[in-house]
Amino acid sequence: MKFILMMTGTKANWDEYSKWSKEDLERNVAFMRTFTKQLKDEGVFVATEGLGWPNQAKVVQAGKDGAPITDGIFPESKEFLAGYWIVDVENPQEAYKIAARASAAPGLGGKPSNIPIEVRQVLGGHADLGLYLPDL
Amino acid sequence: MHECPNSTIEHQLRELAPQVLSTVVRRFRDFAAAEDAVQEALIAAAAQWPRDGTPANPHGWLIQVASRRMADHIRSEVARRHREQVVAEESERLALAEDAARDNSEDDTLVLLFMCCHPALTPPSAIALTLRAVGGLTTSEIASAFMVPEATLAQRISRAKQTIRESGIPFQLPTAAERAKRLRAVLHVLYLIFNEGYASTAGPQLRRADLSDEAIRLTRIVNKREPNNTEVAGLLALMLLTDARRAARTGPDGDLIPLAQQNRTLWDGDQIAEGLALLSDALPRGSVGPYQLQAAIAAVHDEATRADDTDWLQILALYELLKRMSDNPMITLNHAVAAAMVHGPRKGLELLSPLDSDARLAVHHRLDAVRAHLLEMAGDKEAAITHYRTAASRSTSLAERNYLMMQAAKLNETPPTHL
Repeated sequence: MKFILMMTGTKANWDEYSKWSKEDLERNVAFMRTFTKQLKDEGVFVATEGLGWPNQAKVVQAGKDGAPITDGIFPESKEFLAGYWIVDVENPQEAYKIAARASAAPGLGGKPSNIPIEVRQVLGGHADLGLYLPDL
Repeated sequence: MHECPNSTIEHQLRELAPQVLSTVVRRFRDFAAAEDAVQEALIAAAAQWPRDGTPANPHGWLIQVASRRMADHIRSEVARRHREQVVAEESERLALAEDAARDNSEDDTLVLLFMCCHPALTPPSAIALTLRAVGGLTTSEIASAFMVPEATLAQRISRAKQTIRESGIPFQLPTAAERAKRLRAVLHVLYLIFNEGYASTAGPQLRRADLSDEAIRLTRIVNKREPNNTEVAGLLALMLLTDARRAARTGPDGDLIPLAQQNRTLWDGDQIAEGLALLSDALPRGSVGPYQLQAAIAAVHDEATRADDTDWLQILALYELLKRMSDNPMITLNHAVAAAMVHGPRKGLELLSPLDSDARLAVHHRLDAVRAHLLEMAGDKEAAITHYRTAASRSTSLAERNYLMMQAAKLNETPPTHL
């Protein structure tokens, strides 16, 4: 089963992150690289992307004529997606374990940042095993 | 040399893959490296044969190319270990002519299956390894069927081989004492491969349907080698009797069509006939196991020309036997459906209540979906809608979720009826 592991943060988190020391940043970047490599070696990696900063974010809605109307002023409290991993594992527990590893990424002074990771299942294109109503 | 269409070559390669691999494993005694070498030889063949024509001796060609790869591998290994003595021995072995005896190639396929479906492996690893080593599929084909990057699948296979190496399983048939247990593991993996192909309703459809064909092909080989094991015949019959409905099972856009609403003229009559023949031959010959019972249930469905003609009484009896054999909540669920069809929806709903406390099924969408169907049958529209919606929210498949949402919506828009 595939799961998406989403790392989110508020604008305040980004502001804080931008002030990290060189050493903290290097440690964090190295961790992220190693982590992705580990997922590949474990045979569970599907995809990963990091996203641009929230100050670049725009919310788009279609106007009357279908033309885009963009909005870029967001409340301080809003959570933004920072990046994600998609993994293919046997059960949700395996996905939670991987999410916990990501959450423990080194933060200030190398201490685990314990950043929250939202885990959601990616829907499969096919039905589960077993006979259903018998055979649906 | 003669030219062949690509699909013929592809089939030929899949047939040859396990034979070639067995030979190379026997010659070099290194399953993991041999498996990589054969995969490379298959890829080379798939590229060269359509262009240059199929060689006169395809089997020999593949062995030669795979052996060359093995030689390279051994040389680099040896260089690494600084063991000149081994070089001499290995070069001598490389010079050996192609093994003359190939008459036990199906036995070899069975040995490979036993290895790839070893109980020490997780199901996803066993499936990937079986498809590549025994099925002769390429890493990229398997990766595309499971919608994961090729590198991830390759890594999964290499870890599976490492597990096999560490477990120290010899490349031979399991002992008589072990054989039944190991065969059950093989059948389970084949069953899972079949399901991967059959249950798919979206994604790269052709590739996934291929998995069902592949499972049927491999199960045929096992059935031929294990003619006295009636569960093998049972599994093959189950696959054929189920696969026969494939064309009727999904709409043009991949939406699910439940059994009761399928256009039965689309069912494959030849597959049904073959499945029925296998089953009626197997049933009287020995102890009746779960695969034969599931095949028998599929057969009862297949024999009904219209959904209304289904012999639910017989299906109910078969589920009762199956329930006695295995404590699987899915069986209890299907048994409840059969009971509802025979004794009315209230009886079915009554049989579902113990499942609420079953941790394996408590949050499973299928329990909600079945309950919704039975409530709908019982005329309890509001409760049925609620359960359809709960089922949809818990579903892990997009096609299934669409189906369940649609059921709730349809029911919600139906004017109330008085039963």
